[in-house]
Amino acid sequence: MERTITLIALFAALIAALGLVPKFDLASGVPITAQSMGFMLAGTVLGAKRGALAALLFLGLVALGLPLLAGGRGGLGVFTGPTLGFLVGFPIAAYVTGALAQGWAAKGGFILPALAATVGGIVVLYGFGIAGFAVVTGKSIAASTAIMAVFIPGDLIKAVLTGLITQGLRKARPDLVVA
Amino acid sequence: MISLTSDIRTPWHGLPAGPKLLALCLWTLALTWVQVVPVALGACAAVAVLYLPGGVAFVRQGLRLLKPLWVFAVLVGGWHVVTGEIAQGAVILLRLAAAIAAANLVTLTTRLDTMLAVVERALAVLRVPPLFRKRLALAVALVIRFTPVLAQKGSQLVLAWRARSARRPGWHLMVPFALTALDDAERVADAIRARGGA
Repeated sequence: MERTITLIALFAALIAALGLVPKFDLASGVPITAQSMGFMLAGTVLGAKRGALAALLFLGLVALGLPLLAGGRGGLGVFTGPTLGFLVGFPIAAYVTGALAQGWAAKGGFILPALAATVGGIVVLYGFGIAGFAVVTGKSIAASTAIMAVFIPGDLIKAVLTGLITQGLRKARPDLVVA
Repeated sequence: MISLTSDIRTPWHGLPAGPKLLALCLWTLALTWVQVVPVALGACAAVAVLYLPGGVAFVRQGLRLLKPLWVFAVLVGGWHVVTGEIAQGAVILLRLAAAIAAANLVTLTTRLDTMLAVVERALAVLRVPPLFRKRLALAVALVIRFTPVLAQKGSQLVLAWRARSARRPGWHLMVPFALTALDDAERVADAIRARGGA
């Protein structure tokens, strides 16, 4: 039990720290934050349930007023803004990513965790993100999708990196990483 | 760990957190009915007035928190200029600004411990088992304590990379970075178990 709690809490702290350390260049020159990759990694490393709980814990603290989102954002304001759908979607994205990665864990490699991160962290997350954007701004789903599409290439890079990082972590700590 | 609560005292700091959160919910809900520019402008002005008792520096803090909205102002604004529905775009942006600024006002004037107290009370009212509440409190404390620790370890990894390579630190650092979190979790779990468990 203690291990479950500390893994969830420390992974939530890792997601927060990824927003505070801006020096990780994911691809040379592309200014994308590593933070949203933290949610994908929470799924592939901790699995569905614990990954989703880590994401929820992180978001709860953001809502309470800690400036943990990339760029020092936080507070209740981000939950009334246009990115509301993405915030709601993060724990679910982590859950789906984790469930798929767990199911494919026996096969190894980096492609399957990357695929799990693509389905959870892009397909599911953007489903929520686009729906939320449409509700908050009153736009049609098609218009919202067109506006949000600019962020997808960066997230595809993150999904592939999530696969590679998960593979590296699995080699280093085989009994800790679920996928 | 620094929270977003403002050091500048306003009359709103003294109000209990529960009613402030309730008022915020109602305000956000009410804003969804705003459909015309003058009403949306009025809503923005009303929130702006609430920031005034804090003085110039407090207003500036509030404006700084609204900065991320610019990206969406450009995206949504650009969209509406293209489609020609400029009034509708203005209503959307003003409504967003009024909702976000009000939420930020609650965050700026409510301390983290009072927010946590509201959560604890709410969980007690909802009859969440005490053992779960204890574990949640432990997890919250761990995140608050370990976020700066991990951020510092991440910065050290970047420095170590810089000392050895002319290239910029890249995603490869993510593996040791995530490992520090996983290993710390193991050690903290052992320490908690040694002290009687959670």
